[in-house]
Amino acid sequence: MKNAFKFDRERLLLGIAGPVLALAVAFALSVLVLVASGLDPIEPFQIMFSSLQEQDVQVLIVNQWATYYLAALAVAVGFRMNLFNIGVDGQYRLAAVLAAIVGVKVSAPGPLHILIIILTAIVVGSIWAGVAGVLKTARGVSEVVSTIMLNAIAGNLIAWMVLKDQFGEQAEGSNDLTTGLIDESGWFPGIKVSDFAGEIYGFVFIAAAVGVVYWYVLSRTRFGFDLRASGASESAAAASGVDAKRMVLVSMLISGAVAGLAGMPELLGGTHTYSSNFPVGVGFTGITIALLGRNNPIGVAFAALLIAFLDKASSQLNLEGYPAEIAKIMQGLIVLSVVISYEQVRRYGQRRQQHRVGEELAAQAKKNRKEVSA
Amino acid sequence: MRRVPHLAVAVLTAAALAFTATACGDDDSGSGSGGGSGSGSGSDNLGMALAYDIGGRGDQSFNDAAAAGFDKAKEEFGWQGQEAEPSAGESDADKAQRLTDLAKKGYDPIVAVGFVYAPAVKQVAAKFPDTTFGIIDDSSVQGKNIANLVFAEEQGSYLAGVVAAKVSKTKTVGFVGGVETALIRKFEAGYKQGVADTDDSVKVLTKYLSQPPDFSGFEKPDLGKEAAQGQLDQNADVIYQAAGGAGRGVIEATAGADKWAIGVDSDQYQQKGLAAYKDQILTSVMKNVSGAVFDLGKSVHDGKPETGVITYTLKNDGVSLSQSNPAFQDMADVQTAVKDATDKIINGDIKVRTTP
Repeated sequence: MKNAFKFDRERLLLGIAGPVLALAVAFALSVLVLVASGLDPIEPFQIMFSSLQEQDVQVLIVNQWATYYLAALAVAVGFRMNLFNIGVDGQYRLAAVLAAIVGVKVSAPGPLHILIIILTAIVVGSIWAGVAGVLKTARGVSEVVSTIMLNAIAGNLIAWMVLKDQFGEQAEGSNDLTTGLIDESGWFPGIKVSDFAGEIYGFVFIAAAVGVVYWYVLSRTRFGFDLRASGASESAAAASGVDAKRMVLVSMLISGAVAGLAGMPELLGGTHTYSSNFPVGVGFTGITIALLGRNNPIGVAFAALLIAFLDKASSQLNLEGYPAEIAKIMQGLIVLSVVISYEQVRRYGQRRQQHRVGEELAAQAKKNRKEVSA
Repeated sequence: MRRVPHLAVAVLTAAALAFTATACGDDDSGSGSGGGSGSGSGSDNLGMALAYDIGGRGDQSFNDAAAAGFDKAKEEFGWQGQEAEPSAGESDADKAQRLTDLAKKGYDPIVAVGFVYAPAVKQVAAKFPDTTFGIIDDSSVQGKNIANLVFAEEQGSYLAGVVAAKVSKTKTVGFVGGVETALIRKFEAGYKQGVADTDDSVKVLTKYLSQPPDFSGFEKPDLGKEAAQGQLDQNADVIYQAAGGAGRGVIEATAGADKWAIGVDSDQYQQKGLAAYKDQILTSVMKNVSGAVFDLGKSVHDGKPETGVITYTLKNDGVSLSQSNPAFQDMADVQTAVKDATDKIINGDIKVRTTP
């Protein structure tokens, strides 16, 4: 029993060591990049941290966190099953545009209106991901390839849908196409911080709740066990009676559903319409975050917070004479250091484990020998 | 050990995708932060701030035109000035934050380059009633402290169509649009009408580089190059581009094949970055963005800030064809046709459509 406890603590330490090492390396490399470009290596970080004290920046970070967290969870569901859903971006955008269209066309009392919009997003997201799931189970098409292609198709579908002939609207004097504004009954209530800083999207709490559900389903249910087992070894899972094909399809559907939710903080709390300004690339950022957070709901939450911070606090850099791209470089460096440090930590852990097993076996053998000789 | 390559492949793919999705078109951004040494110590001379559209300073096009007006105003009024660039795929909230940051520092006026800033301007202008906000290419958000600087692009494009129809020998001309937005469709509409009114046997090939929300069609010259090559292969001998930073590729391909290119936004014949191709840049449809930006700065400097919709047309030289290529100056009959069309548009005999 004592041993088991010790092992768990060590696993936790090793789990934290990976990201910490990655961040330290990324930070050091960023400083090097700054020095190499002849800039002050420390001041940009000071600027970013000091902008954290401003209320409007805090609100922006929290709101962005919700989007990133959901996108990363969508990716993480796939990763747990050894599926690489690159299509989160397309699923999220297609879900957002259709949810916006339905939200504009439907009028219903408050909570029902919001519920209809959210359900639309979930259904659309999972159908779009499901296409890749079906292709994989029925035809063996790699989900990496099919989801990339589905991203492109989603982009063109959206462009077609926001045309004026379909569902698009163009405000008088505007050059932008939108899907029209959702009635106020379909706005998700937020928490007002101040007139100046605006409000924290209410959907932030839904995002947190999705994180809890993710944790519960994956680590506390039979389904979660089957999913992780199939991810770890498909043949072993099949041997113990898990239908691997079904698991692939189901986890793609779940991944897509969560991806669909990722557009909701912005749609229901912020823009209330889908326009060409709707953020793109969220799904790709989600991949970075899921990797950094090691698919763990708490780890991913922190990783999402970090990336949201880098995104929002970096806009100040531009005004102080530093290129805002520093933050982008940092994000890239984080991705690279994540790979290296996680692998290093994993090897280290494996070596220690082998070492200890060896020691225990040796001790056992020694004891056996003594008993024999006695 | 089986997991190693899988993870590595996954991460590298993710990194590559993240980079292509976020880091495009930033090659010239270093120069964009040149003016930003101020710490915002409350100096009265902060002056104008410019929030760029995708591409930023150095796009040899739309943003550069705004930057030229900004530079002129900065010099003339002794302003410190400030420039800020967007990143690809950002949201309205990011744009609003950029404008808020600038307003908080005390810059006035704040000019948003491009219609994508409309929701952000609306939101931020309300919070800073004493600051003048300018927005280019949008008149949908209006307010007491908002100046909407809009252009009759279709009129300038009509003239480009007249020129193209006149000089084409193959009776096939091309249009390359950056992103298929309503704004770029205005360019297409005017161009097509100009071609058809001049010679209805001339065929117009149309190609858009990307569909919103994918704005890479304003950023990636390789896309422009490919599209232009496609039209050249179909026998086009004049190509008009309205593709921002991607237009460079169109000009490269067209000039490389010894065909005529028509530039956009700025006088592209005179742009240093395109000097190698300038002989084949017949003319450019200029939007006097720099003048509009300067005028707004001047009005604020004089204490009478512009407000409301200000339309720049052929009539007030807000849009025009550039005359800097000697080859173009020498084409007497083309010049006559352009002059004729200009007069007709100004006196209302020709109404140019804004949608194709």
